[in-house]
Amino acid sequence: MRGTRLACGAAIAVMLVWSGSLAAGPNDTVNAVKQRGQLLCGVSTGGSTGMSTLDSQGNWQGFEVDFCRAVSAALLGDAAKVKFVPLEFKNAFTALQSGDVDILARTATWTYTRNTELNLDWAGIYMYDGQGFLVSKTLGVKSGAELNGASICVAGGSTSELNLADYFRTRRITYTPIVGNTREQSQANLEAGRCDAYTNERGGLAASRTALKNPDGFVILPDVFSKEPLGPIVRKDDPRFRDIVAWTLNMLIAAEELAITQKAVTELAAASPNPEIQRMLGKTGSFGPKMGLAEDWGVKAILAVGNYGEMYDRNLGEGSPIKLARGPNRLWNDGGLFYAPPFR
Amino acid sequence: MTDVSAGPGRDWRPVRRLLLGLGYQAAAVAAVAALLAYFALNAAENLATRGLHLGFGFLSQEAGFRIGFSIIDFTEADSYGRAFLVGLVNTLLAVAISIVLATALGFAIGIARLSTNWPLSRLALGYVELVRNLPLLLHLLFWYNVALRALPPVRQSLSLGGLAFLNNRGILLPRPVLEADLAGAPWSFLAWAAIAVFVWVWNKRRQAVTGEAFPAAMVIFLLVSGTALLLLASGLASLTWELPVLRGFDFTGGLRLTPELAALIFALTVYNASFIAELVRGSILAVDQGQTEAAKALGLGRGRILRLVVIPQALRVLIPPLSNQYLHLLKASSLATAIGYPDLVNVFTGTVLNQTGRAIEIVLITMLVYLTLSAVVALATNVYNRLAAIVEN
Repeated sequence: MRGTRLACGAAIAVMLVWSGSLAAGPNDTVNAVKQRGQLLCGVSTGGSTGMSTLDSQGNWQGFEVDFCRAVSAALLGDAAKVKFVPLEFKNAFTALQSGDVDILARTATWTYTRNTELNLDWAGIYMYDGQGFLVSKTLGVKSGAELNGASICVAGGSTSELNLADYFRTRRITYTPIVGNTREQSQANLEAGRCDAYTNERGGLAASRTALKNPDGFVILPDVFSKEPLGPIVRKDDPRFRDIVAWTLNMLIAAEELAITQKAVTELAAASPNPEIQRMLGKTGSFGPKMGLAEDWGVKAILAVGNYGEMYDRNLGEGSPIKLARGPNRLWNDGGLFYAPPFR
Repeated sequence: MTDVSAGPGRDWRPVRRLLLGLGYQAAAVAAVAALLAYFALNAAENLATRGLHLGFGFLSQEAGFRIGFSIIDFTEADSYGRAFLVGLVNTLLAVAISIVLATALGFAIGIARLSTNWPLSRLALGYVELVRNLPLLLHLLFWYNVALRALPPVRQSLSLGGLAFLNNRGILLPRPVLEADLAGAPWSFLAWAAIAVFVWVWNKRRQAVTGEAFPAAMVIFLLVSGTALLLLASGLASLTWELPVLRGFDFTGGLRLTPELAALIFALTVYNASFIAELVRGSILAVDQGQTEAAKALGLGRGRILRLVVIPQALRVLIPPLSNQYLHLLKASSLATAIGYPDLVNVFTGTVLNQTGRAIEIVLITMLVYLTLSAVVALATNVYNRLAAIVEN
């Protein structure tokens, strides 16, 4: 009996010590990543065409995957030092809160509630998306307002589900939601005619359309009925980490504006006369160390994935099967919304 | 253990054993409690460092989403708490129907396994071996895909005389609309229940004395349906049928069995029936062969031997494992989320959890619900088991 008590006490003591050594305290995501030598990036389960997919060789590809590589290149000096953690949407925020991943790049919309109640931070916006409908051409529907009484496929627990409800509520028409857990499930349901339309962010819809057996039989309706700003998400416990993620994104955007491409970056870092490029690429001003990074953090990031425009074109734009128009995701001086604060 | 305390005096061994046992149990309880307390403290600390706090206030907030299939009314303006209820009712519906069907099918197949008819027993054996060796999730996906792929889309529905329709959005049936003055309904129901009980008891006693059987169940059924017909004929109540009609994208009106619910019921029924069949077979074999021979000697027919002699005794063996199977069915119903049937896990632990981010509270509530439901099932089967047990003097 005394032995049992002792053993229990010992076990609990061991656990306390062990958990103390395991649980990284607050405010040191950067140190934890550096110690680990690896950035843990939460992405989709591999079916998010153009954003995060897993190819047959087991390599992750996509826009959001590339963004994580850029952060890894900036922080650890090596784009390969990122580990991608596939997460169901349902578990994604919890995984980030509990420290299973350092950063989420998982097409999650920035909203008031998520920002405040979940105690998470969006470190910026890398895509301005909006919700729409993908329908079969055989229905002959011209706009979302004609979908009265339709069954609509939608991802469970997403903002899409709420926007969909709001859309029909404001128009005083009805619908039946068919909730799927994965994109593949909703696509299969749409193809089988279980639902009349599939609603999601239009970027996601464009990707889904290419994944259907007969893409030409389906059309994305012109309606855009929500604002879906997507960006990288971090915990609120380490402002320094948030800054690194935010400025990595700004670096890629500013690089496009200043025509710093993947090919030209090394040469520009050595020989560009432009003072801002010199500051960005670590020639003058010692900007990297201000965030605890190497001098050439910007060069590393751009070398890894190219500038914002290159990253977009390769994964979502003309260089990809999706061919999604840039739309609001163009630079500010090109009629879009992207505008990086100055590197000064 | 040898007795060292020679000579007279009290024997302390039982007392010591009792105390030791109590001590060990207390230690075990303390250890478990300490572990739980440690987890709770750890969780609280982690939540505090992340600036999160627990609370159930979110249940009264407006949900803002719609649910595709619900028995009770639900709109976007209802609360998360209401959404929880919708999920719970949907789970209970699927589980209740599946338990009844799986039990009936399981009994039929279990008895068929013991049949002297060779092809029939082989067929039952084939069913059991094929079905129980495939994972439930596969069954579920199989039935769902059959429902989606094998059935026509809405506009090419299979029509049964324009009354009922079958397509990949479900089975649509005419809905009976009963219009009656329902003020007296509870009283008349109670009256019928009382009469039924009276007839039942009277029949039992009469049979015990005279040995003559009176078809009690049949008589009660005839009386009740006769009353209903009388009401309809007299115009006190009217029964109309609301037909499903194709409007725009989909049918409106009528009763609808959605493919998600149908697939879930099919999968749970087919899968669990194979296990129940084996339980039934085992429990029937557990009844001594002499019982059957004695009943034969009394001149009972085969059906009655099974119904009056074998099955009542087999039930005593059957109920505990059967209760286990029901518990499994209840918990396995949460796989519904894989095909998008809005059960408790899909609606509450899925959508609501995502919208509110209240993971700990919601998972706790969900666990409590399944624990409670399991406890109720276990309790009900235990009570039945008491009733069915052999009364010994």
